[in-house]
This record gives sequence, structure tokens and C-alpha cells, in this order.
Amino acid sequence: MTVPFDPGQDHFALFGLPRSQAFDIARLEARYRELQGEVHPDRYAHLSDAEKRRAMQWASRVNEAYQTLKDPLRRARYLLELAGHDVRLETNTAMPVEFLMEQMELREAVAEAKESGDIDALDARHRQLKRTIRDEYTALQAALEAGEHQRAGELVRQLMFQEKLLQEIGDALEVLET
Amino acid sequence: MALLQISEPGQSAAPHEHRLAVGIDLGTTNSLVATVRSGMAVVLNDALGRPLLPSIVRYAADGKVEVGYEAQAHQASDPKNTIVSVKRFMGRGLKDIEHIESMPYDFVEGEGMVKLRTAQGVKSPVEVSAEILRVLRERAELSLGGQLTGAVITVPAYFDDAQRQATKDAARLAGLNVLRLLNEPTAAAIAYGLDNGSEGIYAVYDLGGGTFDISILKLSKGVFQVLATGGDSALGGDDFDHRVFCWIIEQAKLSPLSHEDARLLLMRAREAKEFLTLNGEAPISARLSTGEFVDLRLTSQTFTEITRTLVQKTLGPTKKALRDAGLSVDDVKGVVMVGGATRMPQIQKAVEDFFGCEPLNNLDPDKVVALGAATQANLLAGNRAAGDDWLLLDVIPLSLGLETMGGLVEKIIPRNSTIPVARAQDFTTFKDGQTAMALHVVQGERELVSDCRSLARFELRGIPPMVAGAARIRVTFQVDADGLLSVTAREQTTGVESHIEVKPSYGLSDDEIAAMLKDSINHAADDAFRRALREAQVEAQRLVEAVQSALREDAHLLTDAERAHIDNCLTRLQSVLVGDDRRAIDAAMDALSKATEDFAARRMNQGVQRALAGKKIEEMEQL
Repeated sequence: MTVPFDPGQDHFALFGLPRSQAFDIARLEARYRELQGEVHPDRYAHLSDAEKRRAMQWASRVNEAYQTLKDPLRRARYLLELAGHDVRLETNTAMPVEFLMEQMELREAVAEAKESGDIDALDARHRQLKRTIRDEYTALQAALEAGEHQRAGELVRQLMFQEKLLQEIGDALEVLET
Repeated sequence: MALLQISEPGQSAAPHEHRLAVGIDLGTTNSLVATVRSGMAVVLNDALGRPLLPSIVRYAADGKVEVGYEAQAHQASDPKNTIVSVKRFMGRGLKDIEHIESMPYDFVEGEGMVKLRTAQGVKSPVEVSAEILRVLRERAELSLGGQLTGAVITVPAYFDDAQRQATKDAARLAGLNVLRLLNEPTAAAIAYGLDNGSEGIYAVYDLGGGTFDISILKLSKGVFQVLATGGDSALGGDDFDHRVFCWIIEQAKLSPLSHEDARLLLMRAREAKEFLTLNGEAPISARLSTGEFVDLRLTSQTFTEITRTLVQKTLGPTKKALRDAGLSVDDVKGVVMVGGATRMPQIQKAVEDFFGCEPLNNLDPDKVVALGAATQANLLAGNRAAGDDWLLLDVIPLSLGLETMGGLVEKIIPRNSTIPVARAQDFTTFKDGQTAMALHVVQGERELVSDCRSLARFELRGIPPMVAGAARIRVTFQVDADGLLSVTAREQTTGVESHIEVKPSYGLSDDEIAAMLKDSINHAADDAFRRALREAQVEAQRLVEAVQSALREDAHLLTDAERAHIDNCLTRLQSVLVGDDRRAIDAAMDALSKATEDFAARRMNQGVQRALAGKKIEEMEQL
């Protein structure tokens, strides 16, 4: 009989955390360190190849779970997945018109600032968008807690747009600053 | 708060047995080897008491290979055969290398990693680096009085996969068992953090001879967690020398130089740079082979001006790393300075201005990386002492992805992911009846393949013919704790095991490595057969000890039949271990490894359960 690599638990169970969007991040961090302390390949570097390989798989698994739970957007997607709600990120592109208009305007403004090398304008957009995103996360958490999966799925899709734009502004700032 | 104590899963067998392990800083300019002796990390000096080994290798026409100071003495008289800063060529193609026009080497045209034509034939940077590592290995074995269990080799955090692989290959060629490739700034953080008992967010600013790294780490309760890293793997002290070199040519209005004169002026440029660390003005004088005489004075003000853009170039990646970590300058509690180039006053000042705090210099910037590597090597070799309960969590510096239609990159693993990391993604066929798929693995942050580094090309063959889009090919990227990537691809719908062929773009193939190994053994003074046997014996002994230690702790996880089988294999290996039949040793090792594979898996599962159980008890006590 072979022992397959099957941790068998969902990410929350692996970390001994309640299955919810809101939880104590410090507990996640503490458990992450404990688990890595147990499975990290550095603990097995002097042992057999089989043990080294197994450690790599386990540590990769723990890292994946940690990254998923730490990031609020990934955590929300994962919760929806566990609840059997398909977010259909690839196919469902329907968005409220208002949101799309807003996004287009914002993108234009960013493109303009990028073109003219206006670091201050970009920086202001960056901060503003960060605030908006923070509010949406609050709404997302409320939707998940209320079991409104449809609404939560919508917010996840919107947030993906916004996070991507935030990333792009960050990248543009980086190019201008160097 | 009382926690259940959990014994270390792989604690070493005999408590008093100390395995010999070293940390090696394979630097652009200088290399060092260090070890932990009586609980203290120390750098091992050469016979003349010198800690540094200049990273210079000379392939003399008479067949002698000189390394270090000996080679350095010839760098101006025999520049073509005296290779300096070879680290800049590791895992790099000809077109990647800057200032190639002012280099005296005879580069060999061709695809893949650059190669140099020397008086002793064509050499790859891997072979040149292996010469340096071999000298350090011999130094360590002589000093420690025995064969090494293994070594931790440091690499710049910003090294990509090809550069890391090349470093590991070089170590293998030098006869070293690589316990881990460790990022240089992380090594420095270990040395610094353990020495000072630090907690909080720290930045490590590491400007070496040819590479720049910036790492942002969180130090907390014995865990060194790298949050983000950035850098430039082609920026270092060498570039400052080059600026001074250009300034000399311009000021002295020199005509095109011979390779010998160029090397001489580069040496003078470096001396001037070093002199300016403590002085306001440096004299530069040299007599060239043309009879021309150079006599200049470089002020620190001029030096600062001509190198301003280089200093600026380090701040971009610094900002990026902070942003990636989601932190600002104010969050950083201290900045650790690493690398000889950080001695330059303009660097110290720029870092101080940027972070708004005085940089930490209390450890020798030349030695700190090797000392940290030695500490980690000691731990990895299994010499864990009480209180050595710290853990390192590092990241990959650059995103990894695949080329998709239209020359675009699909990122599979983003930069700054904590390693080890595995990620899978499904792809499909483009045409009806398509039975093969070409996969191009790239590393970098840009969206276009042409802007990223090519790591390898794969071919997946034997896909059953289906309509376009029906096949599901799952590509899995696995990055190990050395930061090295392996890629597997499998067709999902049929489960057909498909053939994969790897062609590393800037690395060496396994065949090339094998040929080099054979070559180096043929040329080695000691008997190749004896050495291979000795290595197999050491390896086998290591396995025996590992299994024995595992059995002592966790024999309850085995059925009687399984136990008997393992004991059998163990006895078999122990009996052939003392003999001189290398193939029998290899076969017995294979058998024992196979017999313990499931055991290893169960031990691991148990460890995870134990970690969780320990936590639960703690919580109950808090209630």
C-alpha cells in the first residue's frame, strides 16, 4: 500500500481555522509558522530523498493554503468554491454598466498620467483606489456572512478588476520612479 | 503559555556526532568558506591566514590551473586566460553581458550559456566557478580534517533559474553535496538576526562586486520570513570601477587600449575606488605598454558624480521590493549593509537618506554572507543544537510563466511567492488532431515573451488526437527550496503519460555536465574510482543514519512486515557499505530508499497532525 500525497483537508481545516471570510490574521500567521516548522524541507535536508520530496510537497501545500487564506480576494473565491458557488470568472463578464463606465474613466485618467509622467496624479489615484477597494472588501465580507453568494461573486469579479488596475498603477509608478 | 514539546522529526542519530558542513559565499570578486565550530560561525582562512579567495581563475598555457591570489597576480600579464568576475557569465548568453567590448576574453560564438576559449580549451562559466569551489572545498576539508557532509552555497536573491542551476552544477562539478542554495541577503539576515536577537521588519541592502539585491524580511520568534526581494543581477562594484575606467580614458585622452593595458587601468580604477572610502582624493598613475603615462587625481566629489546613476539604479528595486511587501520606509526598523561595495560613502549616504536611518554595519560586509551560510549549513546537516529552533522562509525573485498564443506570457507563479511552491494550470490544443505541444517556460515580469528570459523549451508528445480545445493538458510548476523550477505536463482526459523533453536555454544539459564530470575526474590527481567509492560510502552512511533515526522515533507507524522489510534492506546496505563494490552500494541504497518511501510519508503526515494537536492544547489552556 502506498501512502498518496493527500493532505485530505481544506485550507481552513489545515490551519485549524473557522471557515469564514473574517478571522484573526495573527492566528493564521502563528499556525503557518508552526506548520512550516514541521514540514519545511530545511528540516529534512540531511534525510533521504523520499523524505525531502515529501517535505517539499507538504511545504508547497502549506504555502498554497496560507497564500489563499491570507489574501482576502483569494480567500473569498475559495469560500465560494467550498460553498459550491461557481464564480465563473472566465465566462461571466457581465458587470453593472455604472461600474464599467467608472472603470473606463479611471483607466483613461491613469493612461494620461502615465503618458505625461505625472507621478503625483498616479500616486493620488493609487491611494483613492485603495480606499475604494477597502470598502468593497467590507461589503464582500458582509455578503459572505449573510450567505449572499450571488452578490459576493459579483463583488469578487469587480475587485479582480480593481486589484488589477491597482497593480498597473503600481507598475507605472515603478517605471516612472526608476 | 505552555506548549507541548515536539521533538524534531529528523534529529541526528548520535548526539555527539558532528557532521562537517560549510557555507560558501561564491562571490563575483571574492569567495569565502565558513563553518560552525563550537557553536560559533567562523570563516576558514587559507594556509597564509587569508580569509578571502579572489574569484579569479587562470588557465595557464603550461596546463596549470591557478585560483585566487596566484591567478590575480597574472591578470594584467595574461588577461585572456585569467578569468575574473565569472559570476557575471553564469547562466547568461553572449548578448546579455554588458561591456563585452572591453573584456579581454575570447568568447565562443553560439547558443546558450557563454563559453570562453582559453589556453586549456573552451571553458564554460560553470567549470570556472567549479575551480573556485574546489579550492574552497579542499581548504575546508584540510581545516576540518574530514570529508564534508554538505555545503550551503549562496546566490544573489535576484538570480534567475538558469543562474541558480548553473551555480548548483558548478558545486556538483567541484564534488560538493549541495544542502541548499541560499539567497545572499537572507544569509546575511541570519548572521545579523541571530547575533542581535532582532525582531521586526529589516531590509538587507546587498551590493556585491557584480550583483545587487534588496530583501525585505520579517524577523519574528525565530522565523526569518522574506516578504519581498528585488535587485539587479548585473549591477555591482565592477560597474563603479568601469565608470572610473571610462573617466580615466576620457581625462587622459587615451587611444584604443590593448587588453593588457585595459586590465591594468581597471585595476587602477578599482584601487582608486577603494582608496576613496577613507580619503577625499585618490591618485591614479600607470605606465601603459604604448609608453603613455597616466597621472590623474580623482576626487570623491567627481567619483560621486560619475557614479550617481549607478547609485540611483539601486533605489528603484528597493522601492519596488517595499511596495511588493506592502510596506513603506517607515515600517523598516533597520537596514543591514552587505557586500564590499557598500563601503563606498556615497552608497552609505544614499541608503541613509532613503530609509531615514543609519545603516547597520556592525558585521564585516565581506564575511557576513558566508557566516550566515555556515550557520544554515550546520542546521541542514543535522547538527541541530538546543535553541537552534529558527526557520527560514524565502521567496522566488521573478515570476515564472509559459508562452501562450501570440507571444504572450501566462504567469503561473508570481514573483515573491514563498518557496517551495507548486502551481498547476490547464492548457488545451489549438488545432484538430493536434498530438504534440511545444511549451516555452519563461521567467520575468513583462507581458511579452520577448521581454522575459527563456528558461527552457519542452515538448509534450503523444497527446491523443481530439478536436481543438478538447484536450486538457495540466502543466505543473514546482519550485523547490533552492528556488529551482521543475515542470511537468500531463494530458488529463486520457491519463496518457506523455514524453517530456527539456532543452535548457541558458543552462548545460545533463550530458554536458556528465562529460565535464568525467573530464574533471580524469584530470584530478586522486584516483577517480576511489573517490567515487568514497562518495557513495558517505552517501550510504548518511542514509543508514537517517533511517535508523526515523525508526527510533516512529517505528510504531510500521506493520511488522514493513519493519522486517526495512530492517532487511538496512542490514543489506550496512553489509555492502564497508566493501568496495560501488554498484552494490548504489543498488542497496535504492532498495532502502524505496522500502522507506511510505514510512517517510506517514512520518510527515504525523508531523503535521502533531503540529495541529500541539496548537489545540495551547488553546484549551487559554480558555
